[in-house]
Amino acid sequence: MYGRGLRTLSIATVAVMGIALGLVFFYAPLEAEEGFLQKIFYIHVPLAIVTLCGFVIGGLLAIQHLRTREQRWDMRSYVAIHMSLIFAVGTLITGSIWARGSWGHWWVWSEPTLVSFLIVFLLYATYQPLRFAIEDPERQARYASVFAIVAGAFVPLNFLAVRLSTEYLHPRVLGSASNLPAKMQLTFLVSLLGIALLYATLCKYELTAKHTRKLLKARSKILGFR
Amino acid sequence: MILIATALPKNSNDGYVAAAYIVFFVLLLIYVAIMSVRLSRTERAVRKLREDAVERSETPGQTRERETV
Amino acid sequence: MSVKTKTISEKEGPHAALPRTAHVRSGRPVHVPAGTTRVVAALLRKELLVELRTLESVPGMSLFAVTTFVVFHFALNQSSVSGDEAAGILWVTLLFAAMLGVNRLFVADEDQGGFDAFLLAPVDRSAMLLAKALALLAYLLVLELVAVPAFGLLLLGPSLGQALPDLLVVLVLADVGIAVIGTLVAALAVRTRARDLLGPLLALPLLVPVVIGGARATSPLFGLNHADSPPARWLLTLGLYDLVFGLIAYAVFDFLLED
Repeated sequence: MYGRGLRTLSIATVAVMGIALGLVFFYAPLEAEEGFLQKIFYIHVPLAIVTLCGFVIGGLLAIQHLRTREQRWDMRSYVAIHMSLIFAVGTLITGSIWARGSWGHWWVWSEPTLVSFLIVFLLYATYQPLRFAIEDPERQARYASVFAIVAGAFVPLNFLAVRLSTEYLHPRVLGSASNLPAKMQLTFLVSLLGIALLYATLCKYELTAKHTRKLLKARSKILGFR
Repeated sequence: MILIATALPKNSNDGYVAAAYIVFFVLLLIYVAIMSVRLSRTERAVRKLREDAVERSETPGQTRERETV
Repeated sequence: MSVKTKTISEKEGPHAALPRTAHVRSGRPVHVPAGTTRVVAALLRKELLVELRTLESVPGMSLFAVTTFVVFHFALNQSSVSGDEAAGILWVTLLFAAMLGVNRLFVADEDQGGFDAFLLAPVDRSAMLLAKALALLAYLLVLELVAVPAFGLLLLGPSLGQALPDLLVVLVLADVGIAVIGTLVAALAVRTRARDLLGPLLALPLLVPVVIGGARATSPLFGLNHADSPPARWLLTLGLYDLVFGLIAYAVFDFLLED
């Protein structure tokens, strides 16, 4: 049930990511100030955007779980958040590398995206310990959903607060995606699409694997006790 | 490829860009590796289940204590 | 048949909020549902009474705050602080002291069956959220009654005097946020295995915007030469935070109490 369309999705993902890589290194022009280093922008910012959306989607899926009490929504919420956490690690590492390249430090407090990401990461890192600290599966799913909703609402608020508090002593290192020349915009959008597809594919993959393991367990139980 | 990347002088920006993209792909690779290990474990379990089911259907009179996977 | 109102141990349970059964002319009892305000008031009264009798949260929190100021003196090797530094020390200390209160918020209910008693009563479950949050707010205000003068005495360079009214506003705004998140997180954490650890781990990242808003707003109040008023945007941020999380907590709290 879950695995349907997984192959098409994977192929699409690989294709788009391949095109994106080509665009990044052969099509997008060199940026005036930062030069070659700016190319990290095309991997870091899409990762960041997809991660944040993933966390918010995790919250929305959790709302659905609390509304319908169907376990499958909880599984989707869990996978979305788990995957976003992994992508968050990628965001932090690529952002840190960019900071090191630009400013010589592995961490800069002046970049609000990176800072609010760190906070969000620290928050969601408690998601799994929370789940595993509750034994009753129904209560575990319910409490996890409550957490996902609160944390999902927290993500934009936190972003806002950190953005407000960052003193703009130097121009933003990691830049925004707004006023970009057309070639760069295209490259950025394709990269964003690639990362989004990757997220969707990996989530689907994870869901299929989980679901299969569950079916397997159920059937072997039936067989074992027949 | 990683050796080349680390061999580049740290002043050159090429090193950083390469490092960033490599980190991304390494993370991806690690994830795929973990998933493939899990998948092979699941496949093994399915195989064992099938064997047990076939055995069970071939020897109908016997009741047997079965370990669940 | 009349309903006996049972009290749970010596503490007044939520049944105190249930009105006695009225007897209609025919002699059949009629139950009047309790309004949420009455329930909240009753629960809050219980909380505050328990705290007054056992004194398990507030003195500890206050002592912790004062001790922390002393520790800061030695850690920073400074006799007086002002501006950003002062605001930072004050808010970090208040935050960690609040964590102590959060950890203890639901422990008695969990260990002594107060949850079950509450769930049996035909009242709106969000009443518990409101009552606990208000209680935590009260503890925080008492904490600040002790901690802020202590801070002014021990560490703060500029005098507290003119900063006080603005400081109160910022403190109250921030306390509401801490109370809401603290109650929510306490309810989440108390039923888990590692409850003392999970509470602060969950609460601290969630409260970062409060720290940002609170510290940025109080920093000009502790200015070295003169006290400026807090920038309006931080008061707005705190207010927005309180509103958003207040609403979310209200919407979501029921799901935590289901069993």
